[in-house]
Amino acid sequence: MNMSNNVLMEVNNLKVHFNIKSDNAWPWEKGQALKAVDGVDLTIYAGETLGVVGESGCGKSTLARALLRLVPITEGNVVWLGQDLTDLDKKQMRSKRQELQMIFQDPLASLDPRMTVGDIIAEPLKTFRPELSKAEVKAEVRAMMDRVGLLPNVINRYPHEFSGGQCQRIGIARALILKPKLVVCDEPVSALDVSIQAQVVNLLKELQAEMGLSLVFIAHDLSVVKHISDRVLVMYLGNAVELASKRALYENPQHPYTKALLSAVPVPDPKAERGKKIQLLTGDLPSPISPPSGCVFRTRCPHANEGCAQQKPILKAISSEHQVGCSRLAELP
Amino acid sequence: MMNVSKTQNLLEVNNLQVNFRTPDGFVTAVNNLNFTLAQGETLGIVGESGSGKSQTAFALMGLLAGNGVIEGEARFNEQNILTLNEKAMNRIRSKEIAMIFQDPMTSLNPYMKVGKQLMEVLMLHKGMSKAEAFEASVKMLDAVKMPEARKRMNMYPHEFSGGMRQRVMIAMALLCQPKLLIADEPTTALDVTVQAQILTLLNELKDDFNTSIIMITHDLGVVAGLCDKVLVMYAGQTMEYGTAEDVFYRPTHPYTQGLLKAIPRLDGDDEKLSTIPGNPPNLLHMPSGCPFQARCEFARERCGESMPPLEEYAPGQLRACHKSVDGWVA
Repeated sequence: MNMSNNVLMEVNNLKVHFNIKSDNAWPWEKGQALKAVDGVDLTIYAGETLGVVGESGCGKSTLARALLRLVPITEGNVVWLGQDLTDLDKKQMRSKRQELQMIFQDPLASLDPRMTVGDIIAEPLKTFRPELSKAEVKAEVRAMMDRVGLLPNVINRYPHEFSGGQCQRIGIARALILKPKLVVCDEPVSALDVSIQAQVVNLLKELQAEMGLSLVFIAHDLSVVKHISDRVLVMYLGNAVELASKRALYENPQHPYTKALLSAVPVPDPKAERGKKIQLLTGDLPSPISPPSGCVFRTRCPHANEGCAQQKPILKAISSEHQVGCSRLAELP
Repeated sequence: MMNVSKTQNLLEVNNLQVNFRTPDGFVTAVNNLNFTLAQGETLGIVGESGSGKSQTAFALMGLLAGNGVIEGEARFNEQNILTLNEKAMNRIRSKEIAMIFQDPMTSLNPYMKVGKQLMEVLMLHKGMSKAEAFEASVKMLDAVKMPEARKRMNMYPHEFSGGMRQRVMIAMALLCQPKLLIADEPTTALDVTVQAQILTLLNELKDDFNTSIIMITHDLGVVAGLCDKVLVMYAGQTMEYGTAEDVFYRPTHPYTQGLLKAIPRLDGDDEKLSTIPGNPPNLLHMPSGCPFQARCEFARERCGESMPPLEEYAPGQLRACHKSVDGWVA
């Protein structure tokens, strides 16, 4: 698949470090850097879904926010359609935001409890297209509500009157009403029940096909990510450890962390689940304030040796659709 | 101590009903629940939020909120534990029945050292001395594979990660070697690799101590790995009950079938997910008849008239549905 000419976004060596100061530090003392995202490179193509998986604390949400410049970027750049977003001032960035939207994890908390559904969905239109008349805004809102499966008679209701799945539909409508090119979804279905989750995932897929959206889909649930993504990025402690097409990643995972992660996902099939060999990881996630030297996964990796502590591995292509960040890949069993 | 003979069930729940008085009227969270559990057996209770699975656990432990009203009986070792007073129930809790809660972050006392919280259980229930309790606690932390257990006894819960705290919870629940362990979504708040560690641990404990487990979860994958029997709940009602093999390979209730098809699978293809349309009913305004009828593709007039009884469908497999074996008879 040649997609090189429809690059939407290019992320180069992106670093997001937060300055952490202890409570009893002197004012002139420098805090420590919490390396939430520590050097991620990736490309997002038009019309694709890039899944980002990893466990809590791996930096996937921070990465999502950094793509839209919702957190200060420490180093590196985010190039959107040829333009470096990190160069833009506040006003210029704001005008870009209509092309870059976000859907949040907690469906209820991300909606203003004092605004009606109609007002919530109309707000982006009022901000970015003030030339529209009231009637036009209303017509667009109604069309969007219909598209995401909200009945027109709920337009004057408040968020608390809706279930989680319905609230997420409102969040989706709000994100899509400006017809953005890229939508970053930060765990959009993890707060929902299984039967509702399937509805929302299908809706996102339909809307993507219809509007030609690119999605960055962040989740900790590998099954959901498998279902929706074209390519998948696996993160561990602020670093990308594997980036591959969905098929390559799920059928032929290469990085020891990806392997452990995939083997840990419970499968709803008693015989398969009881018979399978789980590769348990020992220990806990190291602190992102003082990550291990070299490969960040080496402290829990069953194949680590002294060499892993020396140099930080970078993502290397093993095929046209598969990149792995492991320096001992050739020697792994 | 009462002795359980082999043929006897450890726990027998008969017509359990949990109602809540609310300002908006009576809410039935659990409706006419029946199941039995033998020693060493693991039962999975599956359902979505609001299906009544957690309230079942709270009712069994005597931990219902103040506005909760229980009907029916739950015979544990021949004794109805639902009518016991607080003092008698306190003797059973932890010693005979222990519970692991969903959120390991909030279930431990943040002001007490982990060791003290563990020792307290032993000193209270087994009358151990401080020194004995300390050693027994360290041993139990070792058993749940806590690294540097002795050092950790002197630490506060905030110094532990989520997975570690859940291990402390499990260790605490197992200190008195209870016959029955109720685990309410024990891995929902945890990452998959940590979840795998905890589930492996529970499986080992099950074999080592022959503990009966009631596993409450919404994750069908977790049930598949751990449970012998599965009970599927929806809006307070039992929809289906059977062995794990029956429920996963031969689901007979439309809700179970829909649920199994709606989960994206790691081992399956990625066609469009089939969905269950609509939302679960509001417990305050329950429809008459079967609670699932509004979302059921097979629903007929009859389904709105009466709740189908839970009947044997195949040997050992119960189902509450009006639809007959080969579809509808005219």
